[in-house]
Amino acid sequence: MDLILEGIRQAFFLITTLDPEVLGITLLSLKISGTATLISLFIGVSTGTVVALTRFPGRRLLVSLINTGMGLPPVVVGLFVTIFLWRNGPLGFLEILYTPTAIIVAQTIIATPIVTGISLAAMQQLPHNLRLQILALGANRIQMIWILIREARLPLLAAVMAGFGGVISEVGASIMVGGNIKGYSRVLTTATVMESSRGNFDIAIALSVILLLLAYIINLILTQIQQRERPR
Amino acid sequence: MKIRTFFVYLIGMILAISLAASASPVFAASGKQKNIILATTTSTQDSGLLDVLIPIFEKKTGYFVKTIAVGSGQAMAMGQKGEADVLLVHSPDAELKFVAEGNGINRRLVMHNDFIIVGPADDPVTVKMSKSVKEGFKKISLGSALFLSRGDNSGTHAKEKAIWKSVGINPEGQRWYQQTGLGMGQTLNVASEKRAYTLADRGTYLALKKNLGLDILLAGDALLLNVYHVIEVNAAKWPKVNAPGAKAFSDFMVSRQTQKIIGSFGVDKYGSPLFFPDAGKNEENLGK
Repeated sequence: MDLILEGIRQAFFLITTLDPEVLGITLLSLKISGTATLISLFIGVSTGTVVALTRFPGRRLLVSLINTGMGLPPVVVGLFVTIFLWRNGPLGFLEILYTPTAIIVAQTIIATPIVTGISLAAMQQLPHNLRLQILALGANRIQMIWILIREARLPLLAAVMAGFGGVISEVGASIMVGGNIKGYSRVLTTATVMESSRGNFDIAIALSVILLLLAYIINLILTQIQQRERPR
Repeated sequence: MKIRTFFVYLIGMILAISLAASASPVFAASGKQKNIILATTTSTQDSGLLDVLIPIFEKKTGYFVKTIAVGSGQAMAMGQKGEADVLLVHSPDAELKFVAEGNGINRRLVMHNDFIIVGPADDPVTVKMSKSVKEGFKKISLGSALFLSRGDNSGTHAKEKAIWKSVGINPEGQRWYQQTGLGMGQTLNVASEKRAYTLADRGTYLALKKNLGLDILLAGDALLLNVYHVIEVNAAKWPKVNAPGAKAFSDFMVSRQTQKIIGSFGVDKYGSPLFFPDAGKNEENLGK
């Protein structure tokens, strides 16, 4: 119990004194996971929308694959991304293994199915007649899609939260493709693993508290946006 | 929307991603061969030694070191595939094989410390009374206490397997023998929680001691010597290896200044050094 209190005290100390190393790690985590979420949003929402609104052979198979992908284990992604990015691997010429970019790639692969799956469900839940109505009012196809996305924005925000929550808390892929290099590719989760294996449990707890706070603040902001829009 | 729409979308998506990828500055090749990938054991990172040495090296040479802390076995596997430039490892038998197979060159002695047998302070099977490591291992194998193995092909795991072999016992599958598959630090934590015996390197043990309920029960046997070598990955075999960078790091590790830092590392915190510098010495004479 003392250890936990000491960890929380340490977290408070590290935050209030703006410890440069912890600050750097925190900002890097935000940057990496934020970028990955943004890219996955771009791919996921559009893919989700298209799959929700079209009918084509193999669609059910695709949807089931997306839904499976929502539970893609980060270590599996980490392993495959590592193998692809090896110097002598198929994408070795990019020279991005053990860089923050590699972590962004891995996290994007983890977040995209999550965002896609939730967007797909969100768009499919819109009443079917809405589309006909919008078209009947003279909107072109792009305008229609835009209106539909706006209509589904609340569940889409949930997709953002789920995607971001999935990647900021992920450790398996980050440590494999990023290498946990000090001051370069060390993020909150990998630093926590390392500090606990070094026996610095107080710092590990402090980093966990910062991670939780960060996830909470981001979700608080998103929830605020989501709930504000409700009464209309 | 029809099938056509879906395919138009797919192609557009692929184009957009590849455009974004090529425009993004992070994908541009980062400075020609300024990076060195150092594959090393967990003990050099968990003890904090590399946190001291790497910044000095980077400042001196301008190289950027990517330290990947894994077990010695995995480090050598990376070297074998040309995925690392230089190794700092402590698994002598496997190292000799690694060099003999043409994977590495210029294997040089850097430092040593020793392995220790740690376990619960009350020492249920009286390992402490043993006259030798072999006797201690035999006592543990009688089965009334738990022994934790790293089980990860690390240097420590290789040493432990060699000791079991020397006493003619195969611990695999025994009820009293468990493998964690984790690094040294985590394995020590597990051993502490389970009140188990384990083999550890002294550096990691000392660094973690404050949180552990484990005592040193056996040490000082010649069999327990723990020797670290630096090996450059053979660039003739893997052209992408950063050979000048690897050589610079290897030279740095055996340089007089670095050796001095290694010898004094940990003295202020633990009262005794964690590693003993050995560059240029004959390995045969170590620990005598």
